[in-house]
Amino acid sequence: MSAVRRAVGVVGELLITAGVVVMLFVVYQLVWTNVQADLAAQEKVDELEQTWEGAEPTGPEFDLPLENGEPFAILRIPRLGENYQVPIVEGVTLEDLAEGVGHYPETALPGEVGNFAVAGHRATNGEPFAYLDRLQKGDAVVVETGTKWYTYRVTDEYIVQPTQVEVILPVPNKPDVEPSKRLLTLTTCNPRWASYERLIFHATLTDVLPKGEGRPAVLGGT
Amino acid sequence: MYAAIWRHLPGPAWVRVLLLLLMFAAIVAALFVWVFPWAETWLPFTDVTVDDTASG
Repeated sequence: MSAVRRAVGVVGELLITAGVVVMLFVVYQLVWTNVQADLAAQEKVDELEQTWEGAEPTGPEFDLPLENGEPFAILRIPRLGENYQVPIVEGVTLEDLAEGVGHYPETALPGEVGNFAVAGHRATNGEPFAYLDRLQKGDAVVVETGTKWYTYRVTDEYIVQPTQVEVILPVPNKPDVEPSKRLLTLTTCNPRWASYERLIFHATLTDVLPKGEGRPAVLGGT
Repeated sequence: MYAAIWRHLPGPAWVRVLLLLLMFAAIVAALFVWVFPWAETWLPFTDVTVDDTASG
């Protein structure tokens, strides 16, 4: 009898322990990953701004070739907040995306003809694209590089299967077509907490402002 | 189980409480640094890219 009681006691304690571990995991996922990612993102933004400070307006826009994990631009979306800024890192691995949003290697660079494609988390790990679904047609998406401000305007929003890589083609969804437009594509998970689809936004370049001529008006100018 | 740990710890009650807290902190740290980042990859929240290999 006492052996049974003891066994039941041990099982009970193990179950309570498992419950505590699960709750700790929830804290990790919902709080800790965001705290860490936000700190990392802020650090990258500061780093970029420091390197850009006092740089020649004719200087290089990026350090080419871009290295994986290296931040090279800053993304700003006024619809998502006045102070919304996220570093754009080269690469879309989990490590890259833990520090900002990630540029799909092989896709165009900011301002280039083709498709500058970027992925970002919508839930946990900083969740820069948590509220991306609030974007509307015509909304500005601003990319700051070493020497320029690129303002893109949202043109399309739709949902695809995770395997539909054609959305980041130079001409989205049209293989083997020579690009002539300068596009930006944002991808993130959909639905936010289930992620069996991808939410896609396309935007087209409408304005290029060299640095030294102030900030773009959509960011409040200076 | 926890009673057995308590019995095996040395020293007066306050030393045992301190030791238990240290053990708890070490376990939580191990979970946050190694176990949870691994467990996270099995959940879908981090799948945000389009990708023609099986997982996102």
